[in-house]
Amino acid sequence: MEHSDLLPNLFRSEYRNIVSVLSYSFGIKHVEIAEDIVSDTFLSATEDWSMGDIPDNPRAWLYAVARNKIKNYLRRHALFEKTISREITGATETTEELELDFSVKNIADSQLAMIFAICNPTNSSEAQIALALNLLCGFGVQEIADAFLTNKEVVYKRINRAKEKLRQDEVAIRQPLPAEIPERLSNVLMTLYLLFSEGYYSMSQNTTLRRDFCDEAMRLNMLLIDNKLTDTPATKALYALMCFHASRFDARQNEQGDSILYEDQDDARWDQSLITKGSYFLNFASVGEEVSRFHLEAGIAYWHTHKEDTTEKWSKILGLYNHLLTLEYSPVAALNRTFALSKTRGKQIAIVEAEKLKLEDNPHYFSLLGHLYTGIDNIRARTHFETALTLVSSSANRTTILRNIEKLAASC
Amino acid sequence: MNEYLLIIHRDLSKEAAPSPQQMQDLIKPFQEWIGGIAAQNKLVVPPKRLDVSGRVVKQSLVTDGPYAEVKESVGGLIVIRAKDYDEAVEIAKGCPILNWGASLEVRLAVPNQ
Repeated sequence: MEHSDLLPNLFRSEYRNIVSVLSYSFGIKHVEIAEDIVSDTFLSATEDWSMGDIPDNPRAWLYAVARNKIKNYLRRHALFEKTISREITGATETTEELELDFSVKNIADSQLAMIFAICNPTNSSEAQIALALNLLCGFGVQEIADAFLTNKEVVYKRINRAKEKLRQDEVAIRQPLPAEIPERLSNVLMTLYLLFSEGYYSMSQNTTLRRDFCDEAMRLNMLLIDNKLTDTPATKALYALMCFHASRFDARQNEQGDSILYEDQDDARWDQSLITKGSYFLNFASVGEEVSRFHLEAGIAYWHTHKEDTTEKWSKILGLYNHLLTLEYSPVAALNRTFALSKTRGKQIAIVEAEKLKLEDNPHYFSLLGHLYTGIDNIRARTHFETALTLVSSSANRTTILRNIEKLAASC
Repeated sequence: MNEYLLIIHRDLSKEAAPSPQQMQDLIKPFQEWIGGIAAQNKLVVPPKRLDVSGRVVKQSLVTDGPYAEVKESVGGLIVIRAKDYDEAVEIAKGCPILNWGASLEVRLAVPNQ
């Protein structure tokens, strides 16, 4: 193993492992202490390891050092010691006997407890995601700021406010109870999905970082699949959805960093192993009565892994969007549904339905109308594209609309 | 925006009944009609199909349903959003089950004062 490559990933993965175990043991009030101790541990590692050899078992080294630092901290802070022995139910251990369990099982249990504590609807989704990226995934404040295209101070404030809210609400870092799962799990899954989307749709140029976000969301999702309590069909369906999206990661951008639209993507660059994995999990998820929105979105994503324009593909996609919309309305779903309608029943019928949507402040609405009218009434089409241009914000979308106008002009 | 209850009254007489194949062929158009309403963000309560029996509760007794006086029993209901009766009726006209002798009752849910 290349020692020079080992370190960056090691610190990130062990940061979250150690923070989780410490937080699981000591509770939300002392999360900051946990973070300090872990940072301290890595500082020692950096100092020691850059001088001499990297130990044969770097993980065990880190855990041993973390344990020592915690013991020292506890000895120095008698008050803290009294507090935690009250919090650890039934524990009569003295500081010397306090063993931090870094077994694979306890790390997984700690992570699960942390996921539920962090993905708590008492904080906004934005705050949950930032906190998850920081504490659960081990990303630094600067890295998170880069992905969100904002600055360090904003992210720092957001994370601290979120932590403070959890402290105020005295959120316990513990395993979720079976009775809590139905209500809490859907929020957790939603947060993971939003986390994934941050990586997938982010406009940041740092592709490696965005990919890491997606990988992290998938890792956390897998953690939920591995635990019987949280291994529901919806959990698997979400994982399938992420696999399908992630399969196109490499094909979505060219060397200049511009996004490539789906119809222009080179499907040879789609990761087939991820598509296969997604299909496997979608099948697995299709048991029982429950049809979550993730099932439907995964189904739609599945059909998009077939590039050819068949009637079956678009008929199935239309059906899935119809169902998704009855579960939950969203303008994106409404627009995509109408596009699928045009592919199955033709543009004329789709135009009638599209004009009923009346999403007058949405640039994609006018883009869709422009697309539908192309070839039927090119003057109308152009007007719609121009309206879209006045509403659009990102430069990537601007480019796409301009290209559509060009194509229109060329066909006249 | 108001809410309107759309009640699907089916004609239970044998002459009007669709064949199994016709019933199956109805599923897609019906879902498409509902999808179209949902796409406009006008679907308040998605379709609920009602069983054929049911109960009728009066002050002093409970009998087997459905209402025997009315040959057309309630097949299903949905709740939509619409500006006024004209708009609600336009939406109702799109229901494919109308082709099979069903009728749709459209009722305004009177807003609370």
